[in-house]
Amino acid sequence: MLIETTVNGVPRTLEVAPSDLLLDVLRDRLGLTGAKRSCDVQVCGTCTVLLDGVPVSACTTLAHEARGRRVMTIEGLAETPGFARLEEVFEHHNALQCGYCTSGMALTITSLLEAGELADDEDVVREALSGNVCRCTGYRAIIDAARELAR
Amino acid sequence: MTTTPTPQQHLETGSALGHSVPRKDSAQKIRGQVKYVGDTEVPGMLHGKVLRSEIPAGRIRSIDASAAEAMPGVVCVLVGTDLLDIDPYYGHAIRDRPIIAIDRVRFAGEPVAVVAAETEEQAEAAVRAIRVDYEPTPAATDLDGATGPGAPLVHEEPARGGAFHGLGNLPERLGNVCYRYELDWGDLDAAFAAADVVVEGTFEFGSAYQYSMETHACIAQVDGDEITMWANCQHPFLVRAEMASVFGVPLSNVRIIVPFLGGGFGSKSYTRLEPLTIAVARKARRPVRVVARVDEAILTSRQHSCRIHLRTAARNDGTLVARQAVCLFDTGAYADNGPRVVATAGDAAPGPYRWEAVSVVADCVYTNVSPAGSYRAFGAVHQQWAGELQVDEIARKLGIDPLEIRRRNLLRHGEDVRPGGKPLDGDLIGDVEKAAAALGWDRPRTEWVGRGLSVGVLAAGAHPVSCATVRMEADGLITVNCGTTEVGQGARTVMPQIAAEVLGLPVDRVRMGGTDTRFTPYDRSTGASRSTTVAGLAVQRAAEDLRRQLEDMAGGEADPAEYLNLMRGHFGFAGGELIGRADVHPEGSGSYAEGPVFWEVAVGAAEVEVDPDTGVVRALRTATIADVGRAINPAFVERQDEGGGIQGLGTGLFEEVLFDGGHLSTETLLEYRVPTTRDIPREMSCVIVENADGPGPFGAKGCGEGALAAVAAALATAVADAGVPVNQLPLTPERVWRAIQSRNDKRSEV
Repeated sequence: MLIETTVNGVPRTLEVAPSDLLLDVLRDRLGLTGAKRSCDVQVCGTCTVLLDGVPVSACTTLAHEARGRRVMTIEGLAETPGFARLEEVFEHHNALQCGYCTSGMALTITSLLEAGELADDEDVVREALSGNVCRCTGYRAIIDAARELAR
Repeated sequence: MTTTPTPQQHLETGSALGHSVPRKDSAQKIRGQVKYVGDTEVPGMLHGKVLRSEIPAGRIRSIDASAAEAMPGVVCVLVGTDLLDIDPYYGHAIRDRPIIAIDRVRFAGEPVAVVAAETEEQAEAAVRAIRVDYEPTPAATDLDGATGPGAPLVHEEPARGGAFHGLGNLPERLGNVCYRYELDWGDLDAAFAAADVVVEGTFEFGSAYQYSMETHACIAQVDGDEITMWANCQHPFLVRAEMASVFGVPLSNVRIIVPFLGGGFGSKSYTRLEPLTIAVARKARRPVRVVARVDEAILTSRQHSCRIHLRTAARNDGTLVARQAVCLFDTGAYADNGPRVVATAGDAAPGPYRWEAVSVVADCVYTNVSPAGSYRAFGAVHQQWAGELQVDEIARKLGIDPLEIRRRNLLRHGEDVRPGGKPLDGDLIGDVEKAAAALGWDRPRTEWVGRGLSVGVLAAGAHPVSCATVRMEADGLITVNCGTTEVGQGARTVMPQIAAEVLGLPVDRVRMGGTDTRFTPYDRSTGASRSTTVAGLAVQRAAEDLRRQLEDMAGGEADPAEYLNLMRGHFGFAGGELIGRADVHPEGSGSYAEGPVFWEVAVGAAEVEVDPDTGVVRALRTATIADVGRAINPAFVERQDEGGGIQGLGTGLFEEVLFDGGHLSTETLLEYRVPTTRDIPREMSCVIVENADGPGPFGAKGCGEGALAAVAAALATAVADAGVPVNQLPLTPERVWRAIQSRNDKRSEV
């Protein structure tokens, strides 16, 4: 089927099969490898992208669900004006190690900030980020970075 | 001749040793620009998918791949009979594993065939079209099944030693026991007979899965006798040697390019998907990429489960006198790193106390389940919790505080950990006191809240061989070439910090890239907490070699501001380059001779709350000790300790790979739960201890593994302190709840 969608601000017309996953289309067809594959079952959050500003797991989202909607990946987010601050705060808190989860974290945190759903509050941040796994850092630095961004 | 400037002088000139300089790779990573192996494509690349055995043990009567081969996009199907022109077995400790199953299968999930096709979808469809006719044979799917009378043998052929076992002559196999480690000193029987208190128990440790979020991935290309790979291996130089041997090509014809790794934690130690990817690329005559799903990654490497029978004896004054450990480790269908895990566990079994007598027998047992290999803190994590539970049991019986019994019995700096080898190089008593203080050991506690301490050491550093070059080009920029893999630990920042310190330059003038075995100097491996210590020492020496060259040109002290002028004077124009080189190899005595290179400290404390109605354990607070000698980058040390500690929390409380009749039942992250932000303690203290007592650069020694063992064990001792001793890890709600019920039953009987 032919779908029209917007990826990182660029209108796209894509031929997709009904069973194509959004993650495969982004990675293999559009070369947007910032969205990572890991768990395949919507647990780990490495494949997080924003669909109309809302974080979704691209590994369990069908490509055709992006029809008529805006898809934002880390490559697009990195070009937005607010990104420099997130980058600075993550770097300051040393809130990453291997980097595999980092783009998903960045997208989740940005969307929650924009929706006003993040606060400089331990419980709020813990709950908000519980859908993004990080196996390296032990989370402390990521929570601290998110809290600082929410200030 | 000049003396090494003090760190303080260099801080003033802009070097950053001992400072938390930001990661050099952070922008690339935050922006999603890093290309991991699974993001990498090479021209003409095919996609490989693996058909895996459906049964835990059996003979392969036949494989019919004809339908698969005829499917669209399929280029070839690799089966065991394609490997007859080589010696297709690998295994760095014991050469027991075929590249893919040849005539029999030894675990459910063992690779049986590999399809190479134009797309992943086509390869997956073709895998489903392959028909295998199996003749099932009796399977030994757990320790009981593998060690009892009449147990089926997982391997019947004579054992062959692998290339890197380093464990002496391979003993004859005893049934399914492929390796035995023994450690003895003193008169055990006499010590137990003379003791006032003896505690005894059997401890069961479940298998965890490393879950590096980037799964195993490899691209292989074969051109005649040249093999090129892009692989996410922690130890590319060891994989290179093993692949050269298996495929019968010269060592230097195997080239491995290693980009950033999305975590490793031991799961990418030694050889993983590389042999089957090379084999299918060889048959396809085109490059092939194979990327594992999570279930395939679990089947590729996981942690050993084990059963420990432990006895500990003490005198009434709290003096620990003797310990006996008899341990069985389930290594799965192939030895993998099992012998090394078992030897390290054997060394860790006594715990770092002053024993009169010790006896350890640790067996590495083959079973018909997926192979177990390295996982962060192996050996220590297996033993520490059990040993520390018994130390606390003795303390409780004698009415001694857990901190006090450790103060009285822990080894001191310079005492032997075991006969032979390097004596203790850390300050364990100081460390455990710091952990207790950080947790608030003496604060009042409420019912169902428990506090625990744990102390252990871990033989770290592996075989100390690393080479490095430090190159200065005509623009004055420095490149460190060093084969340590950037797995997330921060090597590509720390190595430049070390070189910058030696050369008196700001760290932003120094960079380090990934490994390409064709050009990057040799490094044995990235594991055993050795990067900063061993590879870092090679980098320090190489930078010193470069500095000496500059000093020779200067005829004395070389001012960093004059480096470019010195080079211009030497080469007579604005060109040329200087290369400092050095290595680390076994020499002298102690760290770089008998080993271990250092004893990694595993000291921690935990406070937990047990819910008596549900058995759920919540970790309220943890404290870990990073006894690192010298923190080159303190923030990185904290991150290593926190990350290791939270993996210890998972291991201690809920992570467990489960099999049912030899079949993996925890196939996804839905069944295999890892810690999230909801699980971490409210307070996580990491205390960095810098006694400059390490054998690495500037007195540094490694960290990052100890915290895993320490936290898992401290959670166990804390739950016991809350009144619920449980001899099984992880401390799942069911196990804790059952322990509470059985305690209540006993009380009501009285």
